[in-house]
Amino acid sequence: MAKPAKVLLNVPAIKADFPILQRKVRDKRLVYLDSAATSQKPKQVIDATSDFYSRYNANVHRAIYELGEEATREYEGAREKIAAFIGAKSPNEIVFTKSTTESLNIVAYGYGLKGKIQKGDEIVGTVMEHHSNHVPWHFVKDHNGAVLKYVDVNDDGTLKMEQYDDLLSKRTKIVTVALCSNVLGTINPVKEIAKRAHEVGAICVVDAAQAAPHMSIDVRDLGADFLAFSGHKMLGPTGIGVLYGTPESLEATEPLLGGGEMIREVHLGRAAWNDVPYKFEGGTPNIAGAIGLGVAVDYLTKLGMEAIRAHEMEITQYALEKIGRLKGVTTYGPKDVKKKAGVVSFTIDNAHPHDIASILDVEGICIRSGHHCAQPLMERFDLPATARASFYVYNDLEDVDALVSGMKRVQEVFA
Amino acid sequence: MSAAYDLYQEQILDHYKRPRNKGPLPGATLNARDSNPLCGDEVVLHVKLNGSEQVSDVRFEGQGCAISQASASMLTTMLKGLTTSELRAVNREALLKKLGIPLSAVRLKCALLSLHVLRLALGEPKDVRA
Repeated sequence: MAKPAKVLLNVPAIKADFPILQRKVRDKRLVYLDSAATSQKPKQVIDATSDFYSRYNANVHRAIYELGEEATREYEGAREKIAAFIGAKSPNEIVFTKSTTESLNIVAYGYGLKGKIQKGDEIVGTVMEHHSNHVPWHFVKDHNGAVLKYVDVNDDGTLKMEQYDDLLSKRTKIVTVALCSNVLGTINPVKEIAKRAHEVGAICVVDAAQAAPHMSIDVRDLGADFLAFSGHKMLGPTGIGVLYGTPESLEATEPLLGGGEMIREVHLGRAAWNDVPYKFEGGTPNIAGAIGLGVAVDYLTKLGMEAIRAHEMEITQYALEKIGRLKGVTTYGPKDVKKKAGVVSFTIDNAHPHDIASILDVEGICIRSGHHCAQPLMERFDLPATARASFYVYNDLEDVDALVSGMKRVQEVFA
Repeated sequence: MSAAYDLYQEQILDHYKRPRNKGPLPGATLNARDSNPLCGDEVVLHVKLNGSEQVSDVRFEGQGCAISQASASMLTTMLKGLTTSELRAVNREALLKKLGIPLSAVRLKCALLSLHVLRLALGEPKDVRA
């Protein structure tokens, strides 16, 4: 049995806020260990989105009547909360998108492909990026002749920082890196990475999809020129994401979508664009999603990002210790929880990750199996796939115990 | 027994742990390979036909989950002696009956990969996994 946790978060009270955690799966308690894919939603967030549709549904920035003013106030209020959450100077530095993927595509297309990148300019990424921080840069290479370079990872899942120094030059225009790996859990030294990028005149783009939900972020302290994350991984609704940019970076970026909302004036054959951030928000935005994300940020802030991080470090430490005692199981990524978020990728000898996930599913345990949209990283470790458990505010040591006993069942089946 | 143990019945684990007809087949008449993009399961199938267009030997290679690999092993045991027209008649129902396990939509793709590769070897592009 689990030893009693230090009181960092009141997990029973948190669990009670999540309606889905009250349900059973195949008559078993639901043990949700796939928050790196998407988090569950507290009733506060569910109620906020439903409240928008029930009480003040109207389009934003246009309607002259009371409902429209309420909708606009709440939508812009969410932007202010998110700006404060990540230490942005102004809400105008926050663009609402549909996802981290869209945010990164806006940067690759609007800043890279349409603006700042010429043939022979270099973009430095890393081997551990999610596909959404690989493929948009392929577009820039294919259209503009940019040269893509990648920082490799050490066997312990950390970046080869000395190689990073060697890759940087006056030709480097963009450095793009995940703050936290979705497979290894590695927390990358982005402040140092951004500093060195700036020294050669490059900008630093940060994929914070796995970091924003789990640790305190200060965009100015990090030195991020752009930073992207998704609402649905941080207790918010699906279909809402964020792109943070410094004012100069956003001004230098062309919009991806043309249409309503993003214009100042339109004539036949030409248009003048609206100000930042609205020039990036063509079309009716995901109003309920933005409002829901604002409430998710309130929820996280109330728990405290430092407490959340400490809670996840404790669970991860416990998981690494317990899993480490199983013979025939390999874990990937840093073993020091100070360098690692609550993501544990593993393989079990003689059992394919999909079979691991199938057997755990019967025990009511949700984990992820596959390449985790990080095929270049899988190739680096010569793995077809891994199983991955990831932790969040509603998980506790008992969930880890359930995982480990499920892993033992897997070993029995494939003995 | 619960659902996982329905999935991992004795005959599935037996074919996964001790696959039949596994390995290369030099001089094979028909060869094909494919993988499931979702999970990376891979199956390569080699079929040797004799002078009267009958299967004289069959082998598979591959890697992946127990369902995909047991299915490939079981499929090879169904093919020896068949004529090419009988090979074409091997269908989903026949293979799924042989597997004899309940499959979700996702795992159905694992189970049908081997049949899909057989169809590719026969030059039939329609994907039986769809």
